[in-house]
Amino acid sequence: MRRVVVTGMGALTPVGNDVGTFWNNIISGVCGIGRITRFDTSEYKVKIAAEVKDFDPSVYMEKSEIRKTDLFAQFAIAAAAQAVEDSGIIGSVEPDRLGVYFGSGTGGLETASNEIEKLLSSGPKKVSPFYIPMMIANIAAGHIAIRYNAQGPCIPIVTACATGTNSIGEAYRTIKHGYAEAIITGGAEAAITPIGLAGFTNCLALTTTEDITAASIPFDKRRSGFVMGEGAGALILEEYEHAIKRGAKIYAEIAGYGSTCDAYHVTAPNPEAVSSAKAIENAYKESGMTEQKGIYINAHGTSTPLNDKTETLAIKKALKENAYSALVSSTKSMTAHMLGAAGAVEAIVCILALQNQIVPPTIGLLEPDPECDLDYVPNKAREASISLALSSSLGFGGHNGCIAIKKI
Amino acid sequence: MVLEKVTEILKNYSDTEGVNITKETTFKDLGIDSLDFVEILMELEEKLSIELEIEENFATIGELVNYIEQKLK
Repeated sequence: MRRVVVTGMGALTPVGNDVGTFWNNIISGVCGIGRITRFDTSEYKVKIAAEVKDFDPSVYMEKSEIRKTDLFAQFAIAAAAQAVEDSGIIGSVEPDRLGVYFGSGTGGLETASNEIEKLLSSGPKKVSPFYIPMMIANIAAGHIAIRYNAQGPCIPIVTACATGTNSIGEAYRTIKHGYAEAIITGGAEAAITPIGLAGFTNCLALTTTEDITAASIPFDKRRSGFVMGEGAGALILEEYEHAIKRGAKIYAEIAGYGSTCDAYHVTAPNPEAVSSAKAIENAYKESGMTEQKGIYINAHGTSTPLNDKTETLAIKKALKENAYSALVSSTKSMTAHMLGAAGAVEAIVCILALQNQIVPPTIGLLEPDPECDLDYVPNKAREASISLALSSSLGFGGHNGCIAIKKI
Repeated sequence: MVLEKVTEILKNYSDTEGVNITKETTFKDLGIDSLDFVEILMELEEKLSIELEIEENFATIGELVNYIEQKLK
């Protein structure tokens, strides 16, 4: 059976624009949330988000490419460039055996918004020829494939907040079953725009607090909605023997994947957590490590009243008695909700937790909720002996994804 | 006059620094593709207050300049 390992990583996040900075901030409990700087929020109920700071696309792209890409694609290209460089994969794999599985939850929202405004104010002749290729959610994958001449399978997953996790999971299966040797995978999002903020606010997903220390507080009983984040995470998945043969640095092994749908409601999770538990259980069982102690779960943990208690139930249903000894944390307490990028950066957190044997905290967790009764590693990172990490993601549309990652 | 305007706009669309743009320079030389070309025509329409057809296609800068000069007559 072919095994799949991680040989490169890249990240652009609200708490660091590279993997090293990101990880140091995550284990130090640094929160990336602040007042929105991109546009005037005086008419908006929600005034805070976790923006990526000081991003300079010209480090990664030519000026013409910058002009012709939405911010979400720029984040994707930047994270992918970091991961590709980290892995040294280019040149060691045939173009048709290199794939790209890279998604986004919403695609080019800002571009769509700008061009629709042009249409309405000046008519159809003024709409940019780049409107469609900048806005479509698959285009980040397209750009990455062009850049690295990746002629193998190129599949952009669009499963809202589960995008990153589903992308990695599907890439894992593609390599495992022999359809590619290596895949550049991950997710990107740049939805902190006027239309994005208004839309998420009005579908009652966001907290309206202006207190950044009490905003993204997963599993705390005061939680009242999520905080929008943005950025991108990228990983290089590679077949194990291929990685060994070329002497690649191996971070961890992807050992299981679960993918299900609630088939219940467009935004609310099924309160019985039937399908979300099944996704976690499937990844957990496929890892073959159900007898092991030392499990870390990077929860979806969005800080919405419904998600956190339902997810807690899902973890208990999936892990049974092992749920109470598992260490569970939500790094969204620091990054906020990076939507389509969330699963990708959270997979990176899991990999670095396994490698460093440090579990990052859930910060801001001061008032425990009786319905959330697991060990959420409150407020301070913890040294722990862990051998398996599970990263779960749950998206609007009822998408549930979970990947299992093993120390190697 | 038109050549200068076109040259000025083209500089923003190309990654090739320091290329001396003449009437003989091709769009291909500058790495400008068909979608870039549509956007360039839209910008020229704005700057020169004229209407251009986006179906038109030209190989060289000179051909585009001639077309615009005809339109301006």
